[in-house]
Formats: sequence, C-alpha cells, structure tokens
Amino acid sequence: MSGSDQGKGSDVLDAQDRARFEQLVLPHLDAAFNLARWLLKSRADCEDVAQEAMLRAYRFFRGFHGGDARAWLLQIVRNTCYTWLEKNRPVELMTEFDEELHPQPSASPEALAIAGDNRERLTRALETLPPRFREVLVLRELEGCSYKEIASITAIPIGTVMSALARARQRLHRALTHASPQEASREL
Amino acid sequence: MSCDFTRTALHGYLDGELDATGAAEFERHLESCRECTTALGAEESLRSSLQRSGLYESAPVGLRKKIRAGLDAATASPAAIRIPAWRWLAAAASILLVASVSWFAWPRVQNSAASAPFSASEIIDAHVRSLQPGHLTDIASSDQHNVKPWFNGKLAFVPPVKDFADEGFPLVGGRLDVLGGQNVAALVYSRRKHFINVFVLPTREPDTPIHPPGLRQGYQWRHWRRQGMEYCAISDVSDSDLYELAQLLYQ
Repeated sequence: MSGSDQGKGSDVLDAQDRARFEQLVLPHLDAAFNLARWLLKSRADCEDVAQEAMLRAYRFFRGFHGGDARAWLLQIVRNTCYTWLEKNRPVELMTEFDEELHPQPSASPEALAIAGDNRERLTRALETLPPRFREVLVLRELEGCSYKEIASITAIPIGTVMSALARARQRLHRALTHASPQEASREL
Repeated sequence: MSCDFTRTALHGYLDGELDATGAAEFERHLESCRECTTALGAEESLRSSLQRSGLYESAPVGLRKKIRAGLDAATASPAAIRIPAWRWLAAAASILLVASVSWFAWPRVQNSAASAPFSASEIIDAHVRSLQPGHLTDIASSDQHNVKPWFNGKLAFVPPVKDFADEGFPLVGGRLDVLGGQNVAALVYSRRKHFINVFVLPTREPDTPIHPPGLRQGYQWRHWRRQGMEYCAISDVSDSDLYELAQLLYQ
C-alpha cells in the first residue's frame, strides 16, 4: 500500500472528525461492500469485512488529507479483504500469477452475448477468476473506476492496469464460453 | 489474436483511457483490421452484459447502522476531549473580542444569536467535495444570465449571480449544495487555476462587513451578510484574492 492509510491511527477522533467522515467516506459504503463481496465471494463474510474496513478507515482518518475518498477507502477495503483471505482461505491466493495466458481463439461476439446474458453464469465466471483479475474487472466495470484510481487502489503500477484488464477480460471470456460447455449447448 | 493492437490498445480504447493521438491511431487501425473490430464488439457486448446484469451489490441497510454505532463508539464524547490550553485562551480571547468574528472557528453552539447556520468544517468539506471530479457545477456556464435562472424553482430564494471575468474572477457555474442541513446556492468562480466556492443562503440577520479571514487545512474563507443573504467564499487562493472577490460581491 502506498502508505496513506498507514501510521498509528491512534489519534482520538472527535465529533468533527466524525462529521467529516460521515460526509466524505460513509457515502462510499456501497462501493466498499461491493468490492468486498466480489473479493470474498460471500455476502455474509463481506458484511463483517466491510464493517471492519470502514472502522479501520475511521481510525486512520486523520491520515486522509483530501482527494479521492472513494479510492482511499477502497484501498483499505482491499487490504482488509486480502488479510482476511490470507487467514481464512489461503489456497485462493495461491492460484494467482500461474500461467502466462496462451493465445486463445476468441469467442464470437454472438456466443459471448448469449453466455454473458445470464446473471448467474456471469457471477460464476467472475468468481472463477483469481482475485487479482476479478478485482480489476469489478473496479472498472461495476465501480466505474479510472485506470488511475485502479492503480491507487490495487497498488498496480498505472502502466500495467491496461494489460491487467486485458488479461482479466480474456480470462472472463474463456470462463464464460468454455467453462460449462454442456450448459452452453443446452441454452444454445 | 495475432494483431498486436488487440491485446493492449483495444482495452485502453474501450475504457476511454487512450490519449487523443492513441485513440485516433487505433480508430485508423480499426478500419483495416477485421480482427480488432470483432474483438472490440465482443468486449463491448461483455461490458454491457456485466453492467446490466445487476451484479453490483449494495450494502444492506443494517450494515450502515452497525457501522454508525461503531463510529460513535470510536469517537470521543466532547467532555472527554482534553482541550489544549491554547484553545482555552483562544476561546477566552474570542469571547472577549468580537462575537461575530469567532463564530466561524467554533462549532455553532458557541454563539447563539450571531452564529452562522454552519460550521467551518462543513464549509471546508463542501469545498473539498466540490473539487472532486464531476462535482464542481450542476450548471457550467460563464453567463450569469444562464446561471441565475437555473436556480429558479430549485431553491426558495434566488441568489445574486454576477460574472467578474473582467476583474479576473470568471464565473464557472453554479451548483446546489447542503450546509448545516439547509439547501444553499454555490457559485463557482475561478482565479487562475484555482476555484472559489461562494455559498449563498438567505438570512434574517442584519448586514455585517466582510469578516476577517478564517484559515484551516490550507483553505481560507471570508464571510459576510448583505441584504438578507449570508455569504461565505472559500478557496485555496490567497486571502488578498479572496478579499477582492468578496468586495466585488459585496458591492
């Protein structure tokens, strides 16, 4: 992390901090919840983690000196999620950085449109991606973050956000069109 | 995917993150590359699936409540805060000096009758919030004859709106904002590359001169009342600039 939420966070926060936090940070609770939900793949777990992240953000709030409050919060949410995953589901984090993607024949837009036009299948496909691919997609497509924001939230150098997204999308295409051929053929 | 463009630029293009030259170059490439055209179509359709499938999950209402309770527990109650000696001195001084000067530096409970209906931190927050992308103006126009009527029907009062481009403070636009629980008009002026927010709301208090500047977190503000309106101008520009604009508005 770039250090903006680090520090001791031991200041006693007063009513003014509370009011500022309410105005600047709390409005981004949905964003925090959505990111946690997709990183942890579970609504129940993500409620606890989103709450923990929010309170953690509050403790570090004096370290926030203006700027993009959503990105600042999401950075904390992301870290809290990874800490939780390391502790509770370490295996998931080990499936990353595995293979370099081999060029795949790209699926036809029609096949993708049909495969993608199904909330459940999209959810499952997204959930099969390793967290580091899933998060860039969620931040870009669901949260509407710019590359700059994605870079600051995920600590990826800004120059590689584009290629991370390219790879994540390619993975999602594959998961959608190749993961369940039976299902796909049934619907086709 | 033999085409080099497909892997990289296509995504930057799709996300609107290429610079103008890069985007134009890619568009030229699209005309001749069937592969990229197809791939772009596939990405666009995937994007629209992702965005219209209701995948975004909002926080449940109960969570917001739990978090608020947690925040309260982590916040010192006013009585528990140890107030440094200089603050007591400052408080004493401000009470002894001019009540109308001090109202801004302290929460509104400090002075009753003469107090502004909002606090310094609310003003700063509103200003900071306005500087976030896409938040500065609801109506972007340097024409006072566009901005003033825009407020019609949106507020229970009509703020005076004037452009001061000739004096070096061009009007950028207007916006609705909320301060201290009240709807207020925010007029946005620019000074070189900086923005100045002028918050306007009606008041029943008598006119005042332009008060001395307040300063916190690198922002300065000037407050005054004039002809039934309460004004507060805030910015990171120098106080002399701010005062100049305040005087223009005061006339």
